[in-house]
Amino acid sequence: MSDKTQQPPSKAIAYFRRLFTKHGMIEFVKDKALLIALIIMMAVITIRDPNFISGNSLLSILVQSSTKIIIALGISLVLLTGGVDLSAGRMVGFAAVIAASMLQNPGYSARFFPNLPALPVILPILLAILAVVIFGALNGILVSRFHIPPFIATLGTMIIVYGINSLYFNMEPNRSQPIGGLRSDFTTLGTGDILGIPIVVIFALVAIVGIWVLLNRTVLGKNIYAVGGNKEAALVSGINVMLTLILVYVIAASMYGLGGILEAARTGGATNNYGDGYELDAIAACVVGGVSTTGGVGKVSGIVIGALLLTIITYGLTFIGVDPQWQFVIKGLIIVVAVGFDIRKYIMKK
Amino acid sequence: MKKDTVLLEFDGVVKEFPGVKALDGISFGVRAGTVHALMGENGAGKSTLMKCLFGIYHRDGGDIRLNGESLHFTSSRQALDAGISMIHQELHPVGHRNVMENIWLGRFPNRLGFVDHRRMYEDTLALFESLDIQVDPREMVNNLTVSTIQLIEIARAVSYNSKIIIMDEPTSSLTDREVEILFRIINRLRDQGVAIIYISHKMEEILRISDDVTIMRDGKYVGTWEARELTTDAIISKMVGRQIENRFPERNRRIGEVLMRVEGLTSALEHSFQDVSFEVRAGEILGVGGLVGARRTEVMEALFGLRGVKSGKVTIKGKPYPIKDPICAKKHGLALLTEERRVSGIVPVLSVAENTVLANRPAFAHGRVFVNNGKIRQVVDENIRSMNVKTPGQNTLIRYLSGGNQQKVLIARWLLTEPDILILDEPTRGIDVGAKYEIYLLMNQLAAAGKSVIMITSEMPELLGMSDRILVMCEGKVAGIIDAESATQEQVMTLATKFMV
Repeated sequence: MSDKTQQPPSKAIAYFRRLFTKHGMIEFVKDKALLIALIIMMAVITIRDPNFISGNSLLSILVQSSTKIIIALGISLVLLTGGVDLSAGRMVGFAAVIAASMLQNPGYSARFFPNLPALPVILPILLAILAVVIFGALNGILVSRFHIPPFIATLGTMIIVYGINSLYFNMEPNRSQPIGGLRSDFTTLGTGDILGIPIVVIFALVAIVGIWVLLNRTVLGKNIYAVGGNKEAALVSGINVMLTLILVYVIAASMYGLGGILEAARTGGATNNYGDGYELDAIAACVVGGVSTTGGVGKVSGIVIGALLLTIITYGLTFIGVDPQWQFVIKGLIIVVAVGFDIRKYIMKK
Repeated sequence: MKKDTVLLEFDGVVKEFPGVKALDGISFGVRAGTVHALMGENGAGKSTLMKCLFGIYHRDGGDIRLNGESLHFTSSRQALDAGISMIHQELHPVGHRNVMENIWLGRFPNRLGFVDHRRMYEDTLALFESLDIQVDPREMVNNLTVSTIQLIEIARAVSYNSKIIIMDEPTSSLTDREVEILFRIINRLRDQGVAIIYISHKMEEILRISDDVTIMRDGKYVGTWEARELTTDAIISKMVGRQIENRFPERNRRIGEVLMRVEGLTSALEHSFQDVSFEVRAGEILGVGGLVGARRTEVMEALFGLRGVKSGKVTIKGKPYPIKDPICAKKHGLALLTEERRVSGIVPVLSVAENTVLANRPAFAHGRVFVNNGKIRQVVDENIRSMNVKTPGQNTLIRYLSGGNQQKVLIARWLLTEPDILILDEPTRGIDVGAKYEIYLLMNQLAAAGKSVIMITSEMPELLGMSDRILVMCEGKVAGIIDAESATQEQVMTLATKFMV
């Protein structure tokens, strides 16, 4: 049918003419439901407490969102292939513990490695990322080579990673004590700023740009969409589906690793329970931001908005003094309603 | 019920989408106890009209009446309850469940709140008996062929006491023998006073089975005729609004040397193909005929590295070709347009452009890593033009295109890999006459350019009309290879049933 569409005189005029009909308004609201929800929410919170809109609050929201955005960007790659990665949160914890364990102050009393010389900061960071990347590769191989459903494969990895992290964390002499006393040249990554911009925010920006380039400007990124949109078609077209999937899980793992390292730096410590449940927050951010869990659909901008939205909800509700327990209820409802609206959009367009 | 009573009446139905009038005053009546064919090229508005009937779309004007009463359905369940059911082109049975559960889904007979399996079984048997369908109600649907599932869908429609049954391309995946069974059931339903709206592109079929023929073109009503007044040529010219001189374009044959030689190809699976040998030459169109289940698709997919092979030797341009995977096949100059356009062809959520370059993306990238969007845009534009793809633009999602245009995009995708040997599996299935002709022209151009074309088709006229030689398969084996010029329909059918007991 669409092949007989006649070009209207001007796209903009036609757009507004359609917008200002009753039907058009409804369509507009459906189309931009997320953004509208975000604006309404910020407005309501601002009315309750005008201080909310100050620069301080917004900066604080950005800082809090940064690691979430990085982790969400990682998991979004997996979602785009039509998979899911439950091991994300535990990888965050594993990377945090490994990095922290090697970056304690030489003078600190309860050192994880009492005789470890002061390493260059970059070395433990790379080791932490390498450790989780190995498990990312394992995920990719299980999913692509052995055809284990991603939900199951990553559920297994999630438990294995937690187990290994706990074993490491319980080694002599640490014996499951929270790792503290981190070097300031490491913690500055989480708490410091450059020209007033928090370093974690800079990391998040780099990650956003990096993933955007990957998805929009590289063959691998395009193949990710193709594999998620129709795996059979990708296979028949001679796309290396196995390699694509392995790379996706590896890149995703490196993002979780980075997220975990920044969490350790930001909080100045780590335990084996770091990152617990982060995968669910990250998935929520993605789906709220319009990433389809069936694969092939999703944009970086949506993921960033989704992650910001969820942080703003938490922050805003705390700001106006809503019970933490009620915050969970409200957050859950918002996720379901937002996604419900978004899905309606696709159903209507069918 | 009398044959002349109009059961269902479309009265000036109008449906508009932004910028396009999809239906422009469609008016005709469907009589009880008749088969009413609804014809038109893809995009003519047949499916839109049916969607308006079922309430999937809201009509913008006109009326649809059943027995004189205006219809305003909001769900297909309401339509079912009113006695109107539709058998879709793509069937969606509930897998891993048996036949009877699929039929009575949503209304299982129950006793004290528990499902009454015994009554369900007996009801199903009775239903099948009335339609002369021989299937065990307890059989799992996964074990059934597409054609049997289709019969079960029809039985399901009948079980709702449907007065009107709409069939959308019901024979597209049936063999001739199965078509006979379907037609017998259709005749039986007609005798019971049921009206059948039959949507199909197959002329011979339409002329055989239908009483009335309604033709639509570009969302407009062209007219309704009694089938016996019509001929194939008359229908085609009314559908396209012009005379089509020849259904199969002429070409100059210049057959060259052997490009691919297949010897003793045998499947890794037990009940698939065995000992398949053939060769195909440059500039040749090799037709592959046979009944559904002859394992034609399996052979071609195996050649492309999609299925396991136990033994056999393949040489391409005189060099051995080790069957491995599609990546390797592509490297050796093979291209495969798969049978199931939606399953393994299009990526529905991606644009026309993305779909066009899918098989050859590294060629449109800087250093094979970073995509070159400018080059892609230019190449896709060229292909949209040269293939005459009807699309609002290259960023339109491919799923919004009609079947014929999707197919052209997929062919373009493979041509961009610059193959020597193109394997086309049912390239014109479910495609309207105009697009079919364009695809035929394209195949001729490819052959003329010295490429080999292997075409699997279940349409006899196409097989005889387009091929240079015809390879006929039966039960996984090559039944014979014959010269198309002198081949007859009977010859092909004899070969297609050669090994059947």
